[in-house]
Amino acid sequence: MPEAIAIAQARDAVAAKPAGEVSGLTYQAGGRFLIDSINLRIPGDGITVLMGPNGAGKSLLLRLMHGLLEATAGTVRWHGRGLDDDVRRQQAMVFQRPVLLRRSVAANIRFVLKLRGRSSDQQVEQILDEVGLGGRAAQPARLLSGGEQQRLTLARALVTEPKVLFLDEPTASLDPTSTAAIETIVRRASERGTKIIFVTHDLGQAHRLADDVVFLNGGRVAEHSPAATFFDAPASQAAADYLAGRLVLR
Amino acid sequence: MFKPLTAMMTSLTLVGTLLAAPAFAADKSILLQSTTSTANSGLYDYILPIFTDKTGIRVNVVAVGTGQAIKNAQNGDGDVLLVHAKSAEEKFVAEGYGVARFDVMYNDFIIVGPPSDPAGIAGSSDAVAAMKKIAASNSLFASRGDNSGTHKKEKSLWKAASVDTTAVSGNWYRETGSGMGATLNAAVGMGAYALTDRGTWISFKNKGDYKIVVEGDDNLFNQYGVILVNPSKHSHVKKAEGQAFIDWVLGDEGQSAIASYKLNGQQLFFPNAKH
Amino acid sequence: MQDFSHAFTLAFGLVLTADADLLEIIALSLQVSLTAVLAACVIGLPLGTLVAVGRFRGRAAVVILLNALMGLPPVVVGLLIYLLLSNAGPLGWLRLLYTPEAMIIAQTVLITPIIAALSREVIEQLHQEYAEQFRSLSVPRAAAAAALLWDARYSLLTVALAGFGRAVAEVGAVIIVGGNIDHLTRVMTTAIALETSKGDLALALALGIVLITIALSVNAAVMALRLTATRYAYA
Ligand SMILES: Nc1ncnc2c1ncn2[C@@H]1O[C@H](COP(=O)(O)OP(=O)(O)OP(=O)(O)O)[C@@H](O)[C@H]1O
Ligand SMILES: [Mg+2]
Repeated sequence: MPEAIAIAQARDAVAAKPAGEVSGLTYQAGGRFLIDSINLRIPGDGITVLMGPNGAGKSLLLRLMHGLLEATAGTVRWHGRGLDDDVRRQQAMVFQRPVLLRRSVAANIRFVLKLRGRSSDQQVEQILDEVGLGGRAAQPARLLSGGEQQRLTLARALVTEPKVLFLDEPTASLDPTSTAAIETIVRRASERGTKIIFVTHDLGQAHRLADDVVFLNGGRVAEHSPAATFFDAPASQAAADYLAGRLVLR
Repeated sequence: MFKPLTAMMTSLTLVGTLLAAPAFAADKSILLQSTTSTANSGLYDYILPIFTDKTGIRVNVVAVGTGQAIKNAQNGDGDVLLVHAKSAEEKFVAEGYGVARFDVMYNDFIIVGPPSDPAGIAGSSDAVAAMKKIAASNSLFASRGDNSGTHKKEKSLWKAASVDTTAVSGNWYRETGSGMGATLNAAVGMGAYALTDRGTWISFKNKGDYKIVVEGDDNLFNQYGVILVNPSKHSHVKKAEGQAFIDWVLGDEGQSAIASYKLNGQQLFFPNAKH
Repeated sequence: MQDFSHAFTLAFGLVLTADADLLEIIALSLQVSLTAVLAACVIGLPLGTLVAVGRFRGRAAVVILLNALMGLPPVVVGLLIYLLLSNAGPLGWLRLLYTPEAMIIAQTVLITPIIAALSREVIEQLHQEYAEQFRSLSVPRAAAAAALLWDARYSLLTVALAGFGRAVAEVGAVIIVGGNIDHLTRVMTTAIALETSKGDLALALALGIVLITIALSVNAAVMALRLTATRYAYA
C-alpha cells in the first residue's frame, strides 16, 4: 500500500503544530464522492503546494477548506478552531479567474479595507506598489490585463493580512514576468507569516515555491511529502506517473 | 461602499419633496363632475373663467360618462354634479347623495350618418321613425353603449321604436363602450349612423363626409341638471363654494353666459333655469 | 393620408411656438412619470435585490409573480387606486384623488413590478459572478446587496428607463385617478385621448409626436450619461 506509506512519511515531515487539520472530509455530488474521506495536516508555516490531474478535486478541496462549500461529512479545523466566521475572516482566496468589482483599481482595495473596518489611502497605495500596480490606482479594474488583474486580486487578498491564503492556479494563463511577480509576492507574504496553500500544474513553479506537496488524485490524497522528497522520490505511483508526464487514469 | 445607501436616501428625500410640493394647490376650488360631451363642446372653457373672475373660485372639471360621473359623485369624489340624465339625477337626490336638482339648460341631439344614407332617413325630423328605418334596413348604427346620458337617451328612442337592440348587438348594432368622440370616430370609420349631441358634433374635427340626417324632434331635446353633492353624506364637500357656483349658473349672469356661448356661430345650449 | 403631414406640421408649430398649455402638460407629464420612476426605484430596487440575493422558501413563486405583474393593465391599476383614494374608499381622507400625487401613486404601482423584476434579473446575474468572491471576503449580506446595486448601476439605469417608458406612455391609470383636469392633472397621454375623442386626430397625433420626442430625449440623455461613465468604469 504505497499511499499509506506516503501519508505516514508526510506526517513525519510536517511540523509539530499544524495550521490546518482536515479529517474525514467528504464531498458528494451527483452520487459521486468528489472528495473522498480526506485526512490532512497542513503545516503551520511555509507554502503547501496542491497538485494533481484535472478533475482531481483540488479546487473543491480549497473551497471546502475555506468554507465556501458545505462538506457532506468530515471536519476542517484551523489553528484548533472550526470554520466559524472569525476564522473565515482571517482567510483569503485568489480564484483562478479574477473577480473584480466594476470600479477603479483603488476602489477594489478600499472595498475590502472598509469591510475590515480599516481604510487608509496610504495602505492602498502601499499594497498597489507592492504588486506593481502603483500609479494605476484610478484606472477601471476590469480594463487591466489578465496578469494585472490577477495581481490586483492578490493585492486585495493580501491587504486583509490573512492568516491563511488560498491560491487556485493564480498564474495559469500568465506570462513568465507576471508569474515571477506573483511568486515573489506570495513568497514575501509567506515570510511575513501567512500560511500559503497554492494549487498549480506548473512543476517548475511547484519546485520554486513548495515546502511540502499534497498530491491529490480522484478525490483522495495520494501523497503528502516534503517538497524535496516529492520531486526526487515520490512515494506514490500516481505522483510518479504525473511527474513523468504520464497520464494518471482515475 | 455606502454610496448606494446615500443614493437611496437622496432619492427618498427627492420623492418626498416632489410629493410634498403641491404644484397646483388652488386656495379655493371645487370639483365638478360632468360629462365628456359638455366639456368637449367648449362650454366650460367659456363660462367658467367668468365665474372664477367674479368669485375667485376655480372649477376643476372631471369629464366622464354620465354614469361614471354620478358614481364618482356618489363616492363623494366631487362637489357639484352637472349631467343630463334626469331620472338618474332624481334618483341620486332621492337616495340622499345630492341636496337638490335644478334644471340649468338644454341642448339637442341629432342623428348623423353617411352621405349614402342606406336607411333613407336624411332630412327627417321624426327620430323614432328614423330609428325604425335604420333597424328595418339593417343599417349600421354605432352606440355609445356606456350607460351615459346620451346612451340612455338613445335607448329610450329604440324603446319607443320597439326595436330590441340586444338581439342585434354585434350585428348591425355596434356598441363601442366609449365616449361620444370615440363613438363618432368609430361611426365615421365604419359608415354607421350615430346619435350625438349637437355640441360635440359641431366641434368634432373628424367628420369626414358625414352629415346631420335627423334633427329638430322634440324627442331629441336634452335637459341638463345641476346638483350639489350632499355635505351630510360627505362632510368634506365644499358646500359654500359649490352652492356659489350653482347660484351663479342658475342666476342671470350664468344663464346669459350659457346663452352667449357660440360655436361656429351656432348657439349650443339654451338656458332654462326656473326662477 | 393628409392627417400625417398635417400632424407633423402641427407638432413642429406647437414646439416652435412653445405653446404655454403644451409646456404645462409636458412639465406635468415629466414631473409625474419621473417621480413615479424614482419612487418605483426606491421600492423596486431593494425588492429586486432581495429576491435576487435571498434564499427563502417561495422564492421561485415570487419571481414568477413579479414577472407576471410586469404586465399589469394600467386601467386595472387606475381602478384599484381610484377605489382606494375615492372619498368613499379607505384612503379617501388623504384627499389625493384627482391630483398629480394620485397619478404618481398609480404609475408607481404600475411600474414597481417592472423595476423589481428587471433589477432582480440584472442583480442575480451579477450576483452569480460575485457570490463566491464575496463569500470568500466574508462580505455581510447588506454590504453585498449595496455593492451589487452600485456595480450594476448602469444596467439599472436601463431598467429605470424601461419603467419611465411605460409610465409616461400609459393613459389608462392616470385618466381614472387624475381625471384629466385642465391645468391640474392633464398630461400628454390624457390630452391625446381627449383630442382623439374630439375627433381632432391631427392634433392628437402631433401631441403623440411630441411625446415620442420627449421619451427619445430622456432616453438619449440617460444613455449619453451611461456611455461617458461606462467608457471609464466598465470593462
Ligand atoms: N458542484 C458540483 N457538482 C458536481 N460535480 C462537481 C461539482 N463541483 C465540481 N465537480 C466535479 O468534481 C471534480 C473535481 O473538480 P475540481 O474543480 O475540484 O477539479 P480540479 O482538481 O480543480 O481540476 P483542474 O485541475 O481542472 O482545475 C470534477 O470532476 C468536477 O466536474
Ligand atoms: Mg481547479
